[in-house]
Amino acid sequence: MELRAKVPGGPVDRKWDTHRFEMKLVNPANKRKYHVIVVGSGLAGASAAASLAELGYAVSCFCFQDSPRRAHSIAAQGGINAAKNYQNDGDSVWRLFYDTVKGGDFRSREANVHRLAQISVAIIDQCVAQGVPFAREYGGLLANRSFGGAQVSRTFYARGQTGQQLLLGAYQALERQIGLGTVRMYPRAEMLDVVLIDGRARGIVVRDLVTGRISSHAAEAVVLATGGYSNVYYLSTNAKGCNVTATWRAHKRGAAFANPCFTQIHPTCIPAAGEHQSKLTLMSESLRNDGRIWVPTRKGDTRGPDAIPAGERDYYLERMYPSFGNLVPRDVASRRAKDMCDAGFGVGPGAHGVYLDFRDAVERLGRAGVGERYGNLFEMYERITGENPYDVPMRIYPAPHYTMGGLWVDYNLMSTIDGLHVIGEANFSDHGANRLGASALMQGLADGYFILPYTIGDYLAQAKLAKVEASHAAFRQVEREVTDRVTRLLAVNGARTVDSFHRELGRLMWDRCGMSRTREGLERALEEVRALRERFWKDVRVVGAGEDFNQSLEKAGRVADFFEFAELMCEDAVHREESCGAHFREEYQTPEGEARRDDGRFSYVAAWEYTGVDSPPRLHKEPLAFESVHLAQRSYT
Amino acid sequence: MPALPLARSLVGRKILMAVTGVILFLFVVGHLLGNLKIFQGPEHFNAYAEGLRTIGAPFFGRGQVLWVARVILLISVFTHIWAAITVTWASWKARPIGYHGLHLVETTYAARTMRWGGLIITVYVIYHLLDFTFGRVNPSYVPGDVYHNVLASFHSWSVSAGYVACLLVVGLHIYHGLWSAFQTLGLHRPPVDRWRRGLAGAIALLITAGYVAIPVAVLGGLVR
Amino acid sequence: MNLVLHVWRQANGAASGGFTRYEVAEVGPDMSFLEVLDVLNEGLIGRGEEPVAFDHDCREGICGSCGMVINGRPHGPNAATTACQLHMRHFHDGQEIWVEPWRARAFPVIKDLVVDRGGFDRIIQAGGFITVRTGSAPEANAIPVPKAAADLAMDAAQCIGCGACVAACPNASAMLFVAAKVSHLGLLPQGQPERAARVVKMVEMMDAAGFGACTNHGECMAACPKEISIDFIARLNRDFIKAVISGQPSDVSRAEQGVG
Ligand SMILES: Cc1cc2nc3c(=O)[nH]c(=O)nc-3n(C[C@H](O)[C@H](O)[C@H](O)COP(=O)(O)OP(=O)(O)OC[C@H]3O[C@@H](n4cnc5c(N)ncnc54)[C@H](O)[C@@H]3O)c2cc1C
Ligand code: HEM
Ligand code: HEM
Ligand code: SF4
Ligand code: F3S
Ligand code: FES
Repeated sequence: MELRAKVPGGPVDRKWDTHRFEMKLVNPANKRKYHVIVVGSGLAGASAAASLAELGYAVSCFCFQDSPRRAHSIAAQGGINAAKNYQNDGDSVWRLFYDTVKGGDFRSREANVHRLAQISVAIIDQCVAQGVPFAREYGGLLANRSFGGAQVSRTFYARGQTGQQLLLGAYQALERQIGLGTVRMYPRAEMLDVVLIDGRARGIVVRDLVTGRISSHAAEAVVLATGGYSNVYYLSTNAKGCNVTATWRAHKRGAAFANPCFTQIHPTCIPAAGEHQSKLTLMSESLRNDGRIWVPTRKGDTRGPDAIPAGERDYYLERMYPSFGNLVPRDVASRRAKDMCDAGFGVGPGAHGVYLDFRDAVERLGRAGVGERYGNLFEMYERITGENPYDVPMRIYPAPHYTMGGLWVDYNLMSTIDGLHVIGEANFSDHGANRLGASALMQGLADGYFILPYTIGDYLAQAKLAKVEASHAAFRQVEREVTDRVTRLLAVNGARTVDSFHRELGRLMWDRCGMSRTREGLERALEEVRALRERFWKDVRVVGAGEDFNQSLEKAGRVADFFEFAELMCEDAVHREESCGAHFREEYQTPEGEARRDDGRFSYVAAWEYTGVDSPPRLHKEPLAFESVHLAQRSYT
Repeated sequence: MPALPLARSLVGRKILMAVTGVILFLFVVGHLLGNLKIFQGPEHFNAYAEGLRTIGAPFFGRGQVLWVARVILLISVFTHIWAAITVTWASWKARPIGYHGLHLVETTYAARTMRWGGLIITVYVIYHLLDFTFGRVNPSYVPGDVYHNVLASFHSWSVSAGYVACLLVVGLHIYHGLWSAFQTLGLHRPPVDRWRRGLAGAIALLITAGYVAIPVAVLGGLVR
Repeated sequence: MNLVLHVWRQANGAASGGFTRYEVAEVGPDMSFLEVLDVLNEGLIGRGEEPVAFDHDCREGICGSCGMVINGRPHGPNAATTACQLHMRHFHDGQEIWVEPWRARAFPVIKDLVVDRGGFDRIIQAGGFITVRTGSAPEANAIPVPKAAADLAMDAAQCIGCGACVAACPNASAMLFVAAKVSHLGLLPQGQPERAARVVKMVEMMDAAGFGACTNHGECMAACPKEISIDFIARLNRDFIKAVISGQPSDVSRAEQGVG
């Protein structure tokens, strides 16, 4: 396997325009002869499916929820970035580009990031036209806020439900096409494998989650928009259904997996309350704009927050990072919170939390003012914890949130399998080693609305594809493999539930391959994961039938893939002997405990090739050159 | 004539129901005002009944205008009932399997009894017509002497009691009906939305009180 | 605390269902209602019985997947709260809890507490969108939107499509769901061109999907986790009347035949 990034020549800010001109076009009359499969109906999938259908392609779209509108994108709260510079505060495409490359700690592809920044502007136009009710100023023009440490206000938002509103916009565009018959929607359908013919992705095998029927779907091109894999940690801010299955199965068929160890831990989540905790809830990062983070200066201080006088409060982020204060990037904020708790300054049950205090904000803005900005977040917090943040400071703790890693794609968003395109969080994305707040929605929509619809045409126009039907032998073969796997899972009939295994895997990954990592911890993890995986296949219990609506079977399949994937994550984390962005190796830090990057050795994308379950993955490197944004040590002090 | 497209959808039928409901409501109001003349004694009351038949004279013949009114009324009643029945039917079909128990929190007694109310009103009106318009069930029906007919019926405790009961039902129906019509006709615009419930209640109350006063007065010997 | 659950079990759409009694022990006050079902299911699997099937995904009250009638209240006793956000501190030890699926002809049961809400998607297909070909949008700030309108539109747009309004409605009407979308798009300048056609088509599809008729009970609003107001229903009715008076239906049917 060789990695051909296919980045066009020319100056970075001209590449996309040049490329768009150079790309081959599909004759409009022929478009409907091309069948494109889009797996996923999140921001990336829905926008892609709708846009491709508008162009005239015959599209099939799949999602495992009962409706495309429920994709995990719906949960995004804070907002979406765009270089509109409406606030006249010095923002520009170039600054967004620069911030994103820097924020990603120089582990992303310059050309992609610049394209993303360029397109960000059109995304807002598109969404507004769709009726996304973004926040507005009294004059009726769009409002912005500063988000996640950005020093310009470039974030567009719809209350605390930006992802919901953007997804509904894309969903409605998608439903419109479904109504017109140009998109065939398959809800409650899980993709379990991709099918290659002559080395090209020509379709998928899916399981109908209602009937359990396994079926094949042939196409000229396949698009994966299946989201991130944070649920490898079991407890994360992701929806319960989020999984690595689609991308992992594609990986096993030959798609390189890039930077799997780049996982983002979000600093402001509600701490776990007990052993039965099934997921963690994120509190939008925007809270850090007005909330102040602190812990007691005394270890194991059990007094209530209001009983602790100002003098005995350590606003540690403001102390350590005077210029950024509470708005340092996510990885920094998260790691510091963990340090504080590990050092015994934590608060709340299990001392797994730090305070996020709005007392000063309430004094400054008044309850109404604070409510105006964070009302629904405060309600959410109170609903879950029973505490009212207006009076009692919130307790927060970091939680797995986003995965920068994903299937490797070239500039055209095509994986190392011809015809298999990957968009949204599922690809290794433009966020390098760390994603800035409000940039994932931007990327998902950029990929889906404005990049893939062009690049897939370029592929289809050039690839000479013989017509194939789902009756082709290759499909039968894969169907058999998929069915065997299902029967195997049902046959184990051991003693432990799927969830109990998933919990154990999650805890293990969180401890050893979470916020900060060490070689020996990771090597231990590798063995433990393998051992646990073997136990899973011996001792898991999945009741019910395969030809039925069977949620524990669904989970079992996903967890089985998480087991295999977790190993790759650890491999990647061991091999990357530096600290960059969200990947923090304790061996590689400055005396002040800051991440120490090693551009000499690791300024590349690590793309892993699958070589078999028990044989080590093969590493391929895509070197990263930084011509426009000169390498600089990220410093927020 | 938008009535026909309206009749196609359930929302449309609800709108037709509201419109016809309001027409019926206007009749009920007018009818009450007329009936209250009974307190001014036989002459006035009978004169009014007579008057009904001679409105529009000399341009129209005797009873013509009244018939026009009756036709409008009849169309309204049948449209209203037809819509009510089809709408109710659709709603029953919409939930074939009921709940172990659905705990209602927002709705009112009046809203829940609209359908029964309607049914009772239908029966009531039929009896009522047999009583005063056709005189079939009236103890001593004297064509033309409306005053006498009313007293004749209401002197019987049981008849009066029945009337009062039905009038309460009418009141209840009008209470939710009016409020509901605001909603159905989209007249919720502020400030209406704030006082529409109260308004509907007050109107319903006045109407019921007015009507009930009559049998009560007859029994109490105020009107003799 | 210990709870007694009476859960509706139904093998599939064709089978007939019934309540089964389960006891769940050591339920903590900070657990969510779905986590109680998780615990119940772990136990069932341990005994080799089929776990209770129920839809859920985000578990933070935004995806609209979860939905069950808990003691006669869709999403349970708390206002503005989805089942996944309902925490057990609102229940007491030894309490008997009846759990059943949304009940509506338009929402056929798939299994246990899982129903098919595809009717909602079909209603959106019928007209719940603003037609914008990707790339054809004007500059975002070219059309100012009064803040008040944008805020009101957002109130309506918050609908998560959970179906609790239908479940709560004595008539199993989808009126609140439809009204929310009609209002969201109808309140924005971008939504005007299709405003009349939209409301007519969505209302037609609502009937076709087998939902009941709204008779203004207001239960939907009380059950709605996003507290969407029935004022939007009045708004829908007003739009509908305007559309019909302006002779929309015929335009619509023409549009459906691809003319105009
Ligand atoms: C709580 C939270 C808040 C966030 N807030 C923000 C924010 O404020 N700003 C921001 O920019 N980003 C935010 N993010 C990140 C952002 O929401 C996601 O990265 C982004 O929405 C991912 O979109 P997607 O389309 O790539 O994938 P998703 O939205 O996850 O969609 C995945 C789709 O793939 C389908 N699918 C998955 N696997 C299969 C399979 N095997 N078979 C069939 N279908 C499958 C699913 O059904 C779904 O439709 C947030 C994330 C979380 C968890
Ligand atoms: C105490 C209460 C009422 C009294 C005393 C009363 C009295 C009368 C009388 C005397 C007539 C005959 C008029 C005539 O033939 O000239 C009449 C007719 C009628 N009443 Fe009433 N009425 C009462 C309540 C109602 C109510 C509540 C309704 C409707 C719900 C109603 C509906 C009618 C109708 C439809 C007619 C026929 C009118 C016509 O001839 O066109 N009445 N009523
Ligand atoms: C006294 C005469 C009547 C008056 C003034 C009246 C008035 C009204 C009004 C204003 C409404 C509200 C319409 C809406 O909100 O859409 C209504 C609804 C209704 N009416 Fe009547 N009506 C009368 C007689 C009847 C009769 C004879 C029936 C017989 C079936 C009936 C059955 C109903 C039903 C079922 C509803 C709808 C239920 C609801 O909206 O909750 N009504 N009526
Ligand atoms: S209106 Fe409310 S109850 Fe109905 S679907 Fe939307 S959110 Fe759910
Ligand atoms: S409860 Fe039902 S009757 Fe109308 S107001 Fe709500 S839809
Ligand atoms: S699970 Fe998403 S709303 Fe409850």
